[in-house]
Amino acid sequence: MPMQKESTLDISRRRLLQGGSTALTGLILSSWLPPLVSKSVAAEAATAGRLGDQSIDGFGAFVRVGHDSRVTVISPKIEMGQGMQTGIAMMVAEELEVGLEHVTIQEAPPNTALYADTLMQFQATGGSTSTRYTWEPLRRAGATARILLVQAAALRWRVAPSLCRAENGRVLGPNGQNASYGELVGVAATLPLPTEVPLKTPEQFKLLGTPARRLDTPSKVNGKARFTIDLQIPGMLVASTVTCPVYGGRLRSVDDQQARKILGVRDIVRLENAVAVTASNFWACQQALKALRIEWDLGANVSIDSAQLDEALIEASSRSGVIAKREGDIEQARQQSASQFEAVYEQAMLSHSPLEPISCVAHVRPDGCDLWVGTQVPVFAQQTAARITGLPENKIQVHNQLIGGAFGRRLDFDFITQAVAIARQVDYPIKLIWSREEDMTHDLYRPLYADRLNAALDQQGRPIGWEHRIAGASVLARYIGSLPSSGVDADAVEVAVEPIYHLPNLQVRYIREEPGVVPVSWWRGVGPLRSTYALECFIDELAHNAKADPVTYRLSLMERQPRAQAVLRLLAEKTGWGQPLPAGQGRGIAVSAVFGSYVATMVELEMQGETAFRIKRLVSAVDCGLVINPTSVTAQIEGGTLFGLSASLFNEILIKNGQVQQTNFHSYRQLRISEAPPVEVHLISSLETPGGIGEAGTALIGPALVNALFAASGKRIRRLPLSRMGYYPV
Amino acid sequence: MQTLMINGQSRQVDVPEDMPLLWVLRDVLDMTGTKYGCGIAQCGVCTVHLDGQPIRSCVIPVAAVAGRQITTIEAIDETAVGQAVQRAWLEHEVVQCGYCQSGQIMAATALLQNNPMPDDQAIDTAMAGNLCRCATYTRIRTAIKSVARS
Amino acid sequence: MKLTNILLAFFTGTLVAHSAQAQEDLIRQGEYLARAADCVACHTVPGGKAFAGGVEFKLPFGSLFSPNITPDKETGIGNWTDDEFVSALQKGVGRDGKHYYPAFPYTSYSKMSRDEILTIKAYLGSLEPVQQAARENDIGFPFNQRWGMFFWNLLFHDDEQFQVDNQRSTEWNRGKYLVEGPGHCGECHSPRNLFQAVSSDRSLAGNLIQGWNAYNISSDPVHGIGAWPTEVLADYLKEGMAPGWGVAGGPMAEVVEHSLRHMTDADRQAIAVYLKNTPARSEGVARPAPTTMTEKGDDNALGRKLFADACASCHRWDGSGNQSLAATLIGLKTVNDPAASNLLGMLLSGHGSRDTPVDRRMPSFGTLYNDQELAALSRLILSRFGNNEAHVSEQAVAKRRTESLH
Repeated sequence: MPMQKESTLDISRRRLLQGGSTALTGLILSSWLPPLVSKSVAAEAATAGRLGDQSIDGFGAFVRVGHDSRVTVISPKIEMGQGMQTGIAMMVAEELEVGLEHVTIQEAPPNTALYADTLMQFQATGGSTSTRYTWEPLRRAGATARILLVQAAALRWRVAPSLCRAENGRVLGPNGQNASYGELVGVAATLPLPTEVPLKTPEQFKLLGTPARRLDTPSKVNGKARFTIDLQIPGMLVASTVTCPVYGGRLRSVDDQQARKILGVRDIVRLENAVAVTASNFWACQQALKALRIEWDLGANVSIDSAQLDEALIEASSRSGVIAKREGDIEQARQQSASQFEAVYEQAMLSHSPLEPISCVAHVRPDGCDLWVGTQVPVFAQQTAARITGLPENKIQVHNQLIGGAFGRRLDFDFITQAVAIARQVDYPIKLIWSREEDMTHDLYRPLYADRLNAALDQQGRPIGWEHRIAGASVLARYIGSLPSSGVDADAVEVAVEPIYHLPNLQVRYIREEPGVVPVSWWRGVGPLRSTYALECFIDELAHNAKADPVTYRLSLMERQPRAQAVLRLLAEKTGWGQPLPAGQGRGIAVSAVFGSYVATMVELEMQGETAFRIKRLVSAVDCGLVINPTSVTAQIEGGTLFGLSASLFNEILIKNGQVQQTNFHSYRQLRISEAPPVEVHLISSLETPGGIGEAGTALIGPALVNALFAASGKRIRRLPLSRMGYYPV
Repeated sequence: MQTLMINGQSRQVDVPEDMPLLWVLRDVLDMTGTKYGCGIAQCGVCTVHLDGQPIRSCVIPVAAVAGRQITTIEAIDETAVGQAVQRAWLEHEVVQCGYCQSGQIMAATALLQNNPMPDDQAIDTAMAGNLCRCATYTRIRTAIKSVARS
Repeated sequence: MKLTNILLAFFTGTLVAHSAQAQEDLIRQGEYLARAADCVACHTVPGGKAFAGGVEFKLPFGSLFSPNITPDKETGIGNWTDDEFVSALQKGVGRDGKHYYPAFPYTSYSKMSRDEILTIKAYLGSLEPVQQAARENDIGFPFNQRWGMFFWNLLFHDDEQFQVDNQRSTEWNRGKYLVEGPGHCGECHSPRNLFQAVSSDRSLAGNLIQGWNAYNISSDPVHGIGAWPTEVLADYLKEGMAPGWGVAGGPMAEVVEHSLRHMTDADRQAIAVYLKNTPARSEGVARPAPTTMTEKGDDNALGRKLFADACASCHRWDGSGNQSLAATLIGLKTVNDPAASNLLGMLLSGHGSRDTPVDRRMPSFGTLYNDQELAALSRLILSRFGNNEAHVSEQAVAKRRTESLH
């Protein structure tokens, strides 16, 4: 099958996303849905017909085999620490019958037709979709290549293909014949694609499910790995910016006389809402930025403070909003109830703050533009560069890079836009680097949320009616431009509309409340993080109010959820749930189905005084379906859980006079090794379709922690982070 | 002109005296294994060794290190402990995004060079200045202990 | 005629040039004295226009606001006569005959001569006028009764000008003049009595001012600066730090920034020579004796944790300054003050501005850590680097948060 040319796939971002907005909704709800496209374009394009072709245009979408037998896997997913590329290599290697040591990973260029994630309908890394999406097409690509190589060998040896088999990078014939993939690839590349591509069943797996070393790590322990911020392009200068401290503000004027005198400074570039300095090094940039005398038009947001935002949100959580889900009759349930219980849970605004600050290398020429950047959205990177430069998209090359932490930050391309806007004003490549202060104060933030839950209860304190109102800014609307006509943000209500509990007369309302003072965006855990926190805290309160054991109470409401039950039971067993603890100590749990996986987490903690506590134990039980690389799964649960712990304990972005108050790690606290308990992870062996795991741990720790705090102290905290309420770890 | 002793080699650099060592390494000498994270000594990703002690290169002016022995991640495998730490990091699959790991490895190597058998408290004491946003802390601890045992 | 004209023009020009030169010298002299007197510190709000006033002084009996001393005719001192200006600085009596509160250090400035004071006026007069009306003082009865200051002045103000002591060196005399006159060191460093007057028998013995401890800077070797080598002290006045001896934090950092670093080496040396020769006052916070760097007792795990988390990167566990000389902790009174006044001040507000060199800045930790945490951290620091088992309480931290942090 010939490769489709990119020019025929000129789908603008807006059109793509608007056209696909229900599909994008599907992405968010995808934990519950089969992939919308069973056989992707990409899988078909995984054309072994181009196996040996080394040219950029001609390579197979996912797999390329060189004449030296080396296998290159083109990864549609970027590596940002989650171990995804190793997982993808394993999927291909399993079917292609090669050892992982023969596989090299290469980042896919932007190409919606080839690399769009069928769960999200666009080419991106995020939403814990990577394994779920690649699981089928990548294995199929490997199997296709193997079939063609075997056919090529069979032709050479004049035997039936069925008599040949592939093993460890070679094809073996019935009479001891033996040829390497490299020898066969020339012929294999001319053969028609097979119509049937059977895949291995789990019991045939040799590689999948076994612990594998990550492919990207050796260069990360000796300083050789280059992240975007490390790149050196010939003729390149470093650029750095100071952007208007208030979102929505504009540059009025700048006096750059002093800045220009600083050694190494080349240009001062004015942008609509920022000033950039280019210089031979970052230090000179920073000195020059400090020497600029800038006047801003701070705009309308300058009058906004956090207290106003909090108040407005609490008020919003009582409004009706729009119905996201309605089952049964909540009013009737209330009339029949023995009692009602209501609580509001608040969650803070959060910054991503990955340790690699924002950086992007851009070179704009009259005839083209190159971007070297670690991005979760290469197609958007290409499109924004095309828009800023006026060049056609096929003239924009995106060279995706290793990412030094993203957590959702690099799903946005604001900084790529800025880099291109600077680069088009100079005639040399620039490497834009934001200082940590710029990074933290010009993030796109996880919005504030208020969840108001109200349960109608029977005599035993079990819910017979359930209303969940979710108030907050819509990330989805900001990201794709608008919400579908229903007015429901599918991300914001995920989990809430499909809880693992059997909740009769369920009503979920979504209330969009846009503070507008800062842009909002995806943050590790996305909608499920928010919903799980509110839901799992509330259910815990109901259990305690009913004087029931929190595990038993939950189990009694999840009769139709065998996988959720299993993780909860495993967790209870592994943690000695129910065994008495001394006064001042307590255990808390949370359980949820998130990103296609089932996770239950327990925190055991000990109070030391009124507000100090020590986490004694942190345990997770996980069913993420079939496990590709158990090492990565465990590592993601560990890291994701502690990432969430950091946020639950400390993280909060505050606004004063329209400006973000947290500027660096001295005011935006992060968990450190001395505060990080070991995370015990127990995996359930499963043959179910692989689920996402990168964000699952993050979503569960908050409620488990707060529930444990209640168990130990009797104090129910409904607002995160705990530090705001005076709590701190010792 | 400053003369620096980096990884056993003498390097001449023509930079302002107050330029932090970090930017001399990264932007002048193209030694980018040492990272920038905060610029205020609060994250540790810029850790290098100065006369064998771990320091934050983002807040040390180049003039203050002239003539002293600087070791960076690029040469830490030339020490037995450094090599063992790198091996342990791979063995225990410590790394996630990897951005902080140069600094973690430099801090861990310095710790183990000074204290071959660190207990949990010694590990906390030496490593708490190094942030990891992927939160690989559990494995960092395990890897350090495995080097201590060997 | 023509020649006469030319000659006239020539002479006039020279005369004008000459007087312009004289005026310029006067202004330059005035600028130096104004710096030595650190006028800008009290007459400029952070981020505001220089010398336009408005700085709040929280005193036990209420708040004072400094006036505008730019040459604006309406709101500043543009219309003041020389006599009025001299009277203000020497007698503490304003233009309208009202008495100033002694937050304005006229008791020190009176040591300056009329001519010297007029150079300051010339300098201020050369500045851009800023129209900014003074804020009303907010002082409760009976302290709002300015006429009371008349009696205060009778009791405590000795408006004698500086007298040279011929028994002493010129350097010593210059130092004394700078310390007691324009530098007005005692205004902060000498304890005040019940009436807010500087105690003469406890001069330079140290004083708590808006939460900050202006340490004892008398010649006492333990409590004062007696043990400091003279050149170290002079260098401290220039750099704002002397590793192992002291770091100028809070208001003192501003004194260095706005005043002391602009002075000549000879003047700083003179100040050091004089300070080393003042009457020794053995009171206040003592310099710590060399310490073993071990915390006594093992009950401050939280303090240890926080020091490892946020402090050890720069200050090191041995307090040595290996990372940064400015971060040297050993030898500082600040780590030996049981009240932890300046330690908490530094922790809460940090140190330096964005223009401060990277190895001399400290971020603030006031929002990162709560009162309990900062109390534990302070205890750890006092115990490890000082030799002091003082119990810094969380209430002390909470109180310090409400006090001045600059």
